[in-house]
Amino acid sequence: MRVLDPRLLRRARAVRALLIVDAALAVVAALLVLAQAFLLARIAARSFGGSSLDDVTPALVLLVAVVSARAFATWGFEVAGRRAAADVISELRLDVVDARLRRRPAALDGVQSAEVATAAVSGVEALEATFARYVPQVALAAIVPVAVLVIVAWIDLLAAGVMLITLPLVPVFMWLVGRYTERRARERWQALAVLANHFHDVVRGLPTLRAFNRGPAQAERIAEVSEEYRRTTMGTLRIAFLSGAILELAATLGIALVAVVVGVRLAEGDIGFESSLTVLVLAPELYLPLRNLAAQWHASADGGAVAERMLDLADASPAEHGSAPAPSPALEPIRFERVSFRYPARDVDVAREVDFEVRPGETVALVGPSGGGKTTLLSLVLRFVEPSSGRILVGDHDLAAVDQAAWRRFVAYVPQQPTLFRGAVADNVRLGDPGATDEAVAAAAGLAGAHEFVSALPDGYQTVVGDGGRAVSTGERRRIALARAFLRDAPLVLLDEPTADLDPESAALVAEAVERLRVGRTVVLVAHRAELAARADRILRIDGGRVVEEVVA
Amino acid sequence: MTTIRRLVALAGLPHGRTGLAVGLGALAVGFGIALITVAGYLISRAAEHPPILALTTTIVVVRFLALARPLARYLERLASHDLAFRGLGRVRANVYERIEPLAPGELDAYRRGDLVNRFVADVDALEGIYLRGLGPLLVALVVSFACVVVAGVVLPAAALVLAVGLGIGGIAVPVLAARMSRLVGRSQASARGELAAELAEILRGAPELAAFGREDDAFARVAAADGELCRLGRRDAFVAGLAESTFVLVVGLTLVGVLALAVAAHDTGTLDRVLVATLALLAVSSFDGVAPLPAAARELSSTLASGRRVLELSDRAPAIADDPRPEPAPQPPVAVALEGVTARYADEAPVFEDLDLRLEPGDRVALVGPSGAGKTTVTSLLLRFLDPERGRVTIGGRDVRDLRQEDVRRTFALAGQEAHVFASSIRENLRLARPGATDEELFDALRRARLRDWVGSLPDGLDTFVGEDGSALSGGQRQRLVVARALLADAPVLLLDEPTAHLDSDTAEALMADVFDAAGDRTILLITHRPEGLDLVDDVVALPQR
Repeated sequence: MRVLDPRLLRRARAVRALLIVDAALAVVAALLVLAQAFLLARIAARSFGGSSLDDVTPALVLLVAVVSARAFATWGFEVAGRRAAADVISELRLDVVDARLRRRPAALDGVQSAEVATAAVSGVEALEATFARYVPQVALAAIVPVAVLVIVAWIDLLAAGVMLITLPLVPVFMWLVGRYTERRARERWQALAVLANHFHDVVRGLPTLRAFNRGPAQAERIAEVSEEYRRTTMGTLRIAFLSGAILELAATLGIALVAVVVGVRLAEGDIGFESSLTVLVLAPELYLPLRNLAAQWHASADGGAVAERMLDLADASPAEHGSAPAPSPALEPIRFERVSFRYPARDVDVAREVDFEVRPGETVALVGPSGGGKTTLLSLVLRFVEPSSGRILVGDHDLAAVDQAAWRRFVAYVPQQPTLFRGAVADNVRLGDPGATDEAVAAAAGLAGAHEFVSALPDGYQTVVGDGGRAVSTGERRRIALARAFLRDAPLVLLDEPTADLDPESAALVAEAVERLRVGRTVVLVAHRAELAARADRILRIDGGRVVEEVVA
Repeated sequence: MTTIRRLVALAGLPHGRTGLAVGLGALAVGFGIALITVAGYLISRAAEHPPILALTTTIVVVRFLALARPLARYLERLASHDLAFRGLGRVRANVYERIEPLAPGELDAYRRGDLVNRFVADVDALEGIYLRGLGPLLVALVVSFACVVVAGVVLPAAALVLAVGLGIGGIAVPVLAARMSRLVGRSQASARGELAAELAEILRGAPELAAFGREDDAFARVAAADGELCRLGRRDAFVAGLAESTFVLVVGLTLVGVLALAVAAHDTGTLDRVLVATLALLAVSSFDGVAPLPAAARELSSTLASGRRVLELSDRAPAIADDPRPEPAPQPPVAVALEGVTARYADEAPVFEDLDLRLEPGDRVALVGPSGAGKTTVTSLLLRFLDPERGRVTIGGRDVRDLRQEDVRRTFALAGQEAHVFASSIRENLRLARPGATDEELFDALRRARLRDWVGSLPDGLDTFVGEDGSALSGGQRQRLVVARALLADAPVLLLDEPTAHLDSDTAEALMADVFDAAGDRTILLITHRPEGLDLVDDVVALPQR
């Protein structure tokens, strides 16, 4: 892992102009520092030699001008760097969201949503150090030490020689320590992520903890976890700081050596006062860019680790490229042809040589024990995942070649645990059809058996639900999700245990609604309850990822 | 200022360690300034062409300073970071202790994502309070004072200029920057919270958004929140650049002033020529002490913004408190009852009114009713997460408000729809109910919930990681794990809140039979929509429609 991941640089291309301005202004500011050093030495030396205030006034005025110019350049390079950073961070963030929304909607790689959200918002800000500081610092570190060495060499070769000996110590130690810190930065970021996930989990599960009287005990655990984090991080920092200390030592020793060498030679009359003073004032500027680079490198290491994580998430999978027009399930049968599927990280096939057909207008129920693979089959139809082997056909068309968005327009999906988004109930139902009228929404809700309870809510259909909104029971949540499906009016309907949490009356209503839905539509229904499955045209028993039995009603 | 004081109190920074860190910091900076100054003195003295011996002491001092400075800095960084992490740990534990009594009712008002952001990221941001805020400030004060004193000994007029320069650069500029930053900082922290909440919601609901073809809308929403954050970031950049550059200007002008005064003083003979350059170098390098302050002020503003958000969280007083003199815990067997209870949440219509429900020891009662009729509210009342508006909840005939909350909850074991499965192992989840349970006890509970064979077949067995809220398990397996946990808790009353959700009817029947069998003498309150289990209870209570 490098602080500047090449993938990050590719994104930075968009802000290249800003970065160039950034670097250029930084260099200008640094060179003005050198000018400042010259003028300081000159004025002091002239005074030492007996010049009056009037004599040095022009030089003082020039010094004021140099100082002002430096201030302006400093302002410029800060702004440019931060803006470049903000642009790159934003792009990276949106890339990650794009990846999850458009390319890999189902959480297959065990990514924890909270970790990603926190990293994408706060963690990514660490990249600011990379672009606003590290990149210009690279330019400075390349140019300034060379400039200083050249100037000093022109003044006194011996002094330059001393500087030249101490200078390489800096990058050598930087490199040595860099290798150590790289690994540690990643560990530290992972430790932080683990910490964040742990706290997130605790907060979400606080009611459960309290119900078991384990709320207070968790405080101890939190203190433990924090203490563990402190210990590990201090361990890393001990060595990281040691590197900083050695780098500083190289610089301070360098300055001390130069001062002594020059001082002695000055005392013996081998160099002039102004020259000596110039060398002394310039000496710190030799090491400063490299030391700052080291510091910025450390600061950026955090950002680098986060960036790598984000880049992995953003690059995880290529977008689907099917573009053929979608055949309608109303007209064509859907066929699973020896489809197998396994999650990338696992060794076990979740679906094994699954082979069945769903004809237009048919209702097929998938039954079987929990964990048998039924939900995975729905994911395959929705094209959240692609088969590891075999293929899914709609009519004669391979689903993999069909345009994904067009296909999904033909599908209405009700998952096992629906998500309610923060907003009005009506807007949640409108997920099925954004342009629907209020009447249509109410009608769909009625068909799903949700109209009564929604009307009874404090603000009716305008009641805000979702995270932070009004809490709603699982049964009610399921019915809102069903309303979405009704509103969508799609030829293919995928239902994952739709009656799981409903009381007998609502379950009956929904079963009737499913009956209504079935007319003229194709339905694939995952069911646990015998009564619901019994109404299907065909029942497929799925166990261990295979179709083990087929019953025609 | 009060915010800082409260945050420092929350972090419990010990005086001794803090003093050590500040002291080391002052030494580190001080040695660095001294190095340049004394080197300048060395050069100036050498220009008088004295015998080399006259320079020996100075040379030794220079070498000493070159070694002492990195050492002091190293020790200071260790001390200050250690201090910061300890403080952080304390803050997090303290905040947790304050929010723990709030769950679950009062925490719903915050969006979950925002809450996590406060508890995790905002608390993390507080790490900077000492490291990048208070620490540099205290060090700057000590060092600046010392430099002005030294300058004053040599040339009082120059000391005055230096003091003014340090004052403007060290105080006025940072304060100005901080004030401008504060506005931005506060809104940035909350724009971040907004973005984080938006993101978390969209990431969780991504499958449905994709299935319904609404990815573009969702993406646009995130892009909008992101854009807002960016806009604020750009404004912040403008302010940041201004502060640093003004600082550079102040340093430069102070140098010019001191230099001019030194030259003039030498001219009139009040200053030895050796000290002109020395004084100039002292003036320039003394700003090393205050150099971190503009950045520190900015960090402090945004830290304060985070700090305020954390304090908001920890300031809320819980509505449910223990009676100062609680009655002793009722000894089992106990009857549990709701007597004429009317309950409501916040400003809404009552969930139910005048409800009577009685469970004698060993009773098996089912509570049924349409969704939303208030069945989960009943469990909240029993567990005393909510107090009734009218009527009372009793255990063993005693009002729960007179008992300790701990004792009230120990009476019940909960297996519910909303029961959380922690992102940990099966073993850890089960142990929640009985911390010291042996593996045999765990397997026994799993057997009773009909999960034993499956766990036995897993390569990691009890150590299997179950994922975020049990996402690695199927719906049914998750329910069974939760039931196993409840059985393990060894409480007199079992609250089964939709225990058969996601199970097929055969498994549900079998599970219910097993649970009722395993429950032995326990009282059972079964809350359900399903028919399974209703044939096993003594009585069915129906909650009316709202």
